[in-house]
Amino acid sequence: MPRMTMIEAIRSAMDVSMGRDDDVVVFGEDVGYFGGVFRCTAGLQQKYGKTRCFDAPISELGIVGAAIGMAAYGLKPCVEVQFADYVYPAYDQIVSEAARIRYRSNGGFTCPIVVRMPTGGGIFGGQTHSQSPEALFTHVSGLKVVVPSNPHDAKGLLIAAIEDPDPVIFLEPKRLYNGPFDGHHDKPVTPWSKHPLGEVPDGHYTVPLGKAELRREGSALTVLAYGTMTFVAEAAAADTGIDAEIIDLKTLLPLDLDTITASVKKTGRCVVVHEATLTSGFGAELAALVQKHCFYSLEAPITRVTGWDTPYPHAQEWDYFPGPARVGRALRETMEA
Amino acid sequence: MPDVQPLQLHVPEPEVRPGDQPDFSNVKIPQAGSVERPPVDVDPKEIRDLAYSIIRVLNRKGEAVGSWAGSLSDEALRDGLKDMMTLRAFDARMQTAQRQGKTSFYMQHMGEEAVSCAFRKAMEPGDMNFPTYRQAGLLIAGGYPMVEMMNQIYSNEADPLKGRQLPIMYSSKEHGFFSISGNLGTQFIQAVGWAMASAIKNDTKIAAGWIGDGSTAESDFHAALVFASTYRAPVVLNIVNNQWAISTFQGIARGGSGTFAARGLGFGIPSLRVDGNDYLAVHAVAKWAAERARRNLGPTLIEYVTYRVGAHSTSDDPSAYRAKTESDAWPLGDPVIRLKNHLIVKGLWSDDRHKQAEAEVLDGVIQAQKEAEKHGTLHSGGKPSTRDMFEGVYETMPPHLRRQRQEAGV
Repeated sequence: MPRMTMIEAIRSAMDVSMGRDDDVVVFGEDVGYFGGVFRCTAGLQQKYGKTRCFDAPISELGIVGAAIGMAAYGLKPCVEVQFADYVYPAYDQIVSEAARIRYRSNGGFTCPIVVRMPTGGGIFGGQTHSQSPEALFTHVSGLKVVVPSNPHDAKGLLIAAIEDPDPVIFLEPKRLYNGPFDGHHDKPVTPWSKHPLGEVPDGHYTVPLGKAELRREGSALTVLAYGTMTFVAEAAAADTGIDAEIIDLKTLLPLDLDTITASVKKTGRCVVVHEATLTSGFGAELAALVQKHCFYSLEAPITRVTGWDTPYPHAQEWDYFPGPARVGRALRETMEA
Repeated sequence: MPDVQPLQLHVPEPEVRPGDQPDFSNVKIPQAGSVERPPVDVDPKEIRDLAYSIIRVLNRKGEAVGSWAGSLSDEALRDGLKDMMTLRAFDARMQTAQRQGKTSFYMQHMGEEAVSCAFRKAMEPGDMNFPTYRQAGLLIAGGYPMVEMMNQIYSNEADPLKGRQLPIMYSSKEHGFFSISGNLGTQFIQAVGWAMASAIKNDTKIAAGWIGDGSTAESDFHAALVFASTYRAPVVLNIVNNQWAISTFQGIARGGSGTFAARGLGFGIPSLRVDGNDYLAVHAVAKWAAERARRNLGPTLIEYVTYRVGAHSTSDDPSAYRAKTESDAWPLGDPVIRLKNHLIVKGLWSDDRHKQAEAEVLDGVIQAQKEAEKHGTLHSGGKPSTRDMFEGVYETMPPHLRRQRQEAGV
């Protein structure tokens, strides 16, 4: 099976989708001729023509608003916001429009769009190239929110998102674009070509939305993670020798609660890990759900390891990023509680 | 720089406030017929003056004059009058229904009937409007059943939107009427996207975006003009300048710009200003813009100069911020009376006929109302089911919503 980086896998997902369905269109800032600042759309304009893949003005609300209109016509736009940190001008279009059109029109109009955006830190991106705004979208009924952690899932989830009849926010951890990253920033990074999850089928396949997956089976405690944090959790388990069961959530909304509760009921302990800030972050929802559905199985308080409640700093990158040391400490404390 | 004086912030004010004498002497009204109709493939640079004038067809005597006249048959003119009368009667009944507690909310079109009613007649089946909450004339003139509109207003068991939407936020794909949102301006860029999609698919359908004077200040307005200009989208971009955004006079949104239409010029979009109370002028300009779009000549911006005669909504009292008799002083008059007079001048209508038509129209609205009220009103009779509240958030109901529906006991 061919090996792909996450960038190549995402590009392949759009290539496969555009090849199968003439209604799939791709646009965003620098997405057309140049092929995207992260190369995710490289070659698509040459292959499908500039009315299928094209450059957009620097207007996030314009990009998403136009995509919504196209979807109302019957197209399936897959648009890019260059960084998740720049999605806010489009927030009204996403929250007030995309998420609600099916509901408010009683299905008369629908909004099958995908909004792709690079997310997450660990790259010295500073305040506006590192944010993880997923909680701003998981709070919105009518949206689906997806965060892949590897090339295989990225392609399968993106094809599933493009084919999904509802609007999908597709957050791509840019730290994982070229290789897995476990938070050990002082060690060399291995490329996806040396990782089994870099094996990606060439053609069409989907990874279902709304399904989590066990990344590591374990009996001591459950770690709920997504994106880059799945690798950090694996490193923390290896570093501490704690037999953690690590769940890659993949889709945050709708959430695969069954996989989560089955695991926590087995282990009796739960640690939630995300890069985003703590307060009102998605971890709060996870903790509340685990508390409600696994209360009588819990042997320790549910712990959250997250970014601090500060804007994402530049120089203090590794003091901010919840790396394997902080996650490992939380695993130990949860075992000792 | 010793001669620098302290800066002072300029905050525009309307010239007239409650208690003052209404005065529209600053509104320059060109004579009917004085603005020439250019060919639809005109170079936009050659018609920049149209953004600063007002295209008018009906003169003071009720005659249709000038090169924009003649776009409508006698039959179409009579239909147009009936559409506007129907919308006005519909408004009056629904306004009263709100006061009677049969619904929570209503918004009238008083004085603006010509804009949406005439525009609709320039559209073809399959075209899509992206309206605001004050273009119900698109539905009335398009033959959408009044009963359905009332069912929506009453949020009753037959409400096509299942009680999920605030009254008047209609939606009908079949009638080319995009789902209305409470968030202002959002639909303007969506209209451009819809038009881009039609062009991407090499279709022949066009879109129309709608926005009020106040909402042109929203970022979506700017984005729509950029995208429409960049991709030469087949879209008609309509600004209904009714002088007021709730309590805020149009100068607050317009600022130092000469007109709202002039905003289009900076984007290279042909921009026209039209007498919004002149059914014939609105139709002629709409048809011109629609033809431009359909011939792949690109977008057109139209500013309809009109006046919001009624309150902003049933929750608003305009006497708190504007002169009570201001609408009487409005120099472009009443669109219904002006078209009525034109039909009389043409020998197609009479005062008696008009009275009779008013009675017929009212009868039709009352019949529709009786029919709708059989299905219930907001607080009595049939209502949408609680189960409907959980449906349609997604195409397929996800597990967490199924759990919540179960918890709600439905």
